[in-house]
Amino acid sequence: MSKKKDLDPVKSGQDKATSVLHEIMSGDPVRIGLSILLGFLIGAVFMVVFDKNVIKAFEDFGTDPSYALSSIWWTVQDGYGALFAGSVINFGADNFVSAIRPFTETLRFAAPLIMAGLGVALTFRVGLFNIGATGQMLVGLAGATFVSTRLQMPIIIHMLAAVLAAVVCAMIWGMIVGLLKSRTGAHEVIVTIMLNYVALSLFTYLLRQPNLLLEENGGGTPKSDNPDGTARLGLLLGPDFQLHYGLIFAVLAVVFYWWLMEKSTFGFRFRMVGHNPSAARAAGIKVENTFVWALAISAGFSGLAAANQGLSVDGGLTTSIEAGIGFDAITVALLGGSRAGGVVMAGMLFGAFKAGSATMQVAGVSPEVLGVVKALIVLFIAAPPIIRAFYRLPVPGPKVFEAAQQAKAAKVIK
Amino acid sequence: MKLEVKNITKRFGTLVANDNISLTLQPGEILSLLGENGAGKSTLMNVLYGLLQPDEGQILIDDKVQKFSGPGEAMAAGIGMVHQHFMLIPVFTVAENVVLGHEPTGKVGNLDLNAARKLVKKISDRFGFDIDPDAKIQDLPVGAQQRVEIIKSLARDAKILVLDEPTAVLTPQETDELMEIMRGLSKNGTSIIFITHKLREVQQVADRIIVIRQGKVVSEASPKASAGELASLMVGREVDLNTSKKAAKVGVETLVVKDLTVLDDRNQQMVNGISFSVHDGEVLAIAGVQGNGQTELAEAILGLRKIHSGSIQVAGQDLTKSNVRQVLEAGVGYIPEDRKKDGLVGDFTIAENLMLDGSFGKPFAKGVQIDFAKRDEIAEKLIKEFDIRTPSATTLAKQLSGGNQQKVVVAREMSRDLKVLIASQPTRGVDVGSIEFIHEQIVAARDAGKTVVIISTELDEVLSLADRIAVMYRGRFVGIVDAKTTREKLGKMMAGIAA
Repeated sequence: MSKKKDLDPVKSGQDKATSVLHEIMSGDPVRIGLSILLGFLIGAVFMVVFDKNVIKAFEDFGTDPSYALSSIWWTVQDGYGALFAGSVINFGADNFVSAIRPFTETLRFAAPLIMAGLGVALTFRVGLFNIGATGQMLVGLAGATFVSTRLQMPIIIHMLAAVLAAVVCAMIWGMIVGLLKSRTGAHEVIVTIMLNYVALSLFTYLLRQPNLLLEENGGGTPKSDNPDGTARLGLLLGPDFQLHYGLIFAVLAVVFYWWLMEKSTFGFRFRMVGHNPSAARAAGIKVENTFVWALAISAGFSGLAAANQGLSVDGGLTTSIEAGIGFDAITVALLGGSRAGGVVMAGMLFGAFKAGSATMQVAGVSPEVLGVVKALIVLFIAAPPIIRAFYRLPVPGPKVFEAAQQAKAAKVIK
Repeated sequence: MKLEVKNITKRFGTLVANDNISLTLQPGEILSLLGENGAGKSTLMNVLYGLLQPDEGQILIDDKVQKFSGPGEAMAAGIGMVHQHFMLIPVFTVAENVVLGHEPTGKVGNLDLNAARKLVKKISDRFGFDIDPDAKIQDLPVGAQQRVEIIKSLARDAKILVLDEPTAVLTPQETDELMEIMRGLSKNGTSIIFITHKLREVQQVADRIIVIRQGKVVSEASPKASAGELASLMVGREVDLNTSKKAAKVGVETLVVKDLTVLDDRNQQMVNGISFSVHDGEVLAIAGVQGNGQTELAEAILGLRKIHSGSIQVAGQDLTKSNVRQVLEAGVGYIPEDRKKDGLVGDFTIAENLMLDGSFGKPFAKGVQIDFAKRDEIAEKLIKEFDIRTPSATTLAKQLSGGNQQKVVVAREMSRDLKVLIASQPTRGVDVGSIEFIHEQIVAARDAGKTVVIISTELDEVLSLADRIAVMYRGRFVGIVDAKTTREKLGKMMAGIAA
């Protein structure tokens, strides 16, 4: 039967689309590593081509070619060196605290990316494409902001209540998507995109309401108060560092995600539905309900990311507090192959980009290069054939694959 | 036209799918290609039809070397192929389908349907196909659709016709008609390569038989060879084609279906007021040509498909409105007809697939956590017990052969505490060795006092397993008859003629 696929053009077209989608979502580590490398390489080209010193050096190429060539090297080294110094360790610092501060900054930026990334990753593994992390975060922010600015509670309890409010609000928002999908058959991509707009307007509206979220004595700008001191995420390493308790929540989220997906029976059913919904149905699983739960839990992770943002600000918060995390989360999930460990690493990489972009700018390299690198990495992951062509990797075509499995089976029988 | 295939070798990675295969097809000869799934028959035909390029070797037509870079070139050289799944457009007429892709045109480039009709008429009359050029494909029975496929090839002057498992979708009568057509074509000089795994048909129609095993031509056999001999050549060892079973010890009525009506996804009535009951220790086989409502019947019993009217009871428990999980928990085991779609998760390991419907409680789960030690222990046990040939329990299901995949499904379903087993096409696409094994398991379940329902389109399977046979046609049972009923009578019933 399987051979027939090759003969039916319509079917094989569909097969190609689904197999590419599977390849993208499966997150082969080698391919992802190569995508990152290629992204950085092309980013380097951008740096070099638009660098004033290099351009100048090449004007004198005839008289001093070695200088022109070495200027390329120096530019790339300066640029990525600054990224490293700004995100990992600053060897040029005069004391230990400022030397390691860049890494703690990377962690601080990575935490919400990891939490929201886990949420998106969960839906990927159930076979859904949830691009609503942005909206789920905004609704979560509304909940967290209300609890942290309007309610009075003892320290720590207040913070936990605000975090919980963010998670619950986001989950409700996610559940709406699940219910629409399972009851009406609406596609989650469309629903989540549209709900992102709704959430943005809703949050802005709430921020304008004096009796809800608007700051004390606030005027026309939609802006809230600072979260109460009792509700804030405290600093983790003392006043020398900005790193706060959000990181702890991120670590807990990672552990929970790993347990849920790899160890629990829920995760087993999630993955079953993701890989083969009709087999799941025949095994007695209510696939529609699974979608609802998956989207709700996924949104819960985004809610945690929202709490991380909303409970760590100074000077009140506006809609910009979401900081594009909900969108980056999709990338982080893709890059991390939807696995707990992968999402942590991808979140750290993107956190490092955020932490290091300032120092890059100081070093005279446009931080937009990082935007290009980021976008290219995703592009390469989304189009596996490009990476295969660049590195001349073999095609994991159905025929080779089928042959490999037949060979394996033959071996076993012998 | 004479076709020669010389020393064809086709490799996929390290696997040699076709190993130095040579064969000759004389004009007007019917050559049967016999082999198990995965033996390399389809690869060879795809090479012949230009869909695959051979690594070594040549194809010669009338002593001239040919190179096909696609099916178009193969067709132009006179090779036609009738696939198992028809490539017809249901809403088009026969004539339109036949000329699709090389339409005759009039003076101003308009489609000349009259020429197309004449062409169909000419071929149809010449071979006695009895096909109306203006009939819509969707209104034709399957056997007639297959003849349209043959006309399509003949309209392109095919001198060599490749028929790939052509009888899989036919009733026994339609199969006989096809055999007649094949003989007629060969008399007129068309050569035919007939791919099948049904030994009876090979014996009936082939001039010569070539047996392929593991990519190699292992022998040439005469159509006079016995079925047992042919099967042994195909598998490479002695096989016992008859499942021996003791007389049934029939117990109480366990599965009771009353006035069941089921609709398909397009709200067509597929099961049409069926009533039957099956007892403990008994195998009821539901025979019939594919697409007569068997799939919907099985899905309705399992709770996968909503029941329109009627009722289903298992051991006195009413399951009419139950969902799948409740049906499974009531002790119903299910071997779906399409294991890749409904029976397995290809990207899961064997161990995971063996617990597919067991994630809700013991023995696989402790609370909400999977009991990995227990799961692996059970997997090891079932792999041994059900002879699943795999390197390990962590091998992905999609890497197994069809037979071993099916054994995983059978192992999972049979290892539960069952009252009723519903097995839909339990041995489709499965090698002969595994067929033997799965049949033994089914008979063992019956002897252990389980209620067994087999749904099969293969008469051989039905006859070797059944205690009673129900024949299904257009959503109804034509009759429920004794297992000793003759093939001819069953064949008639499969065409809707009541006994």
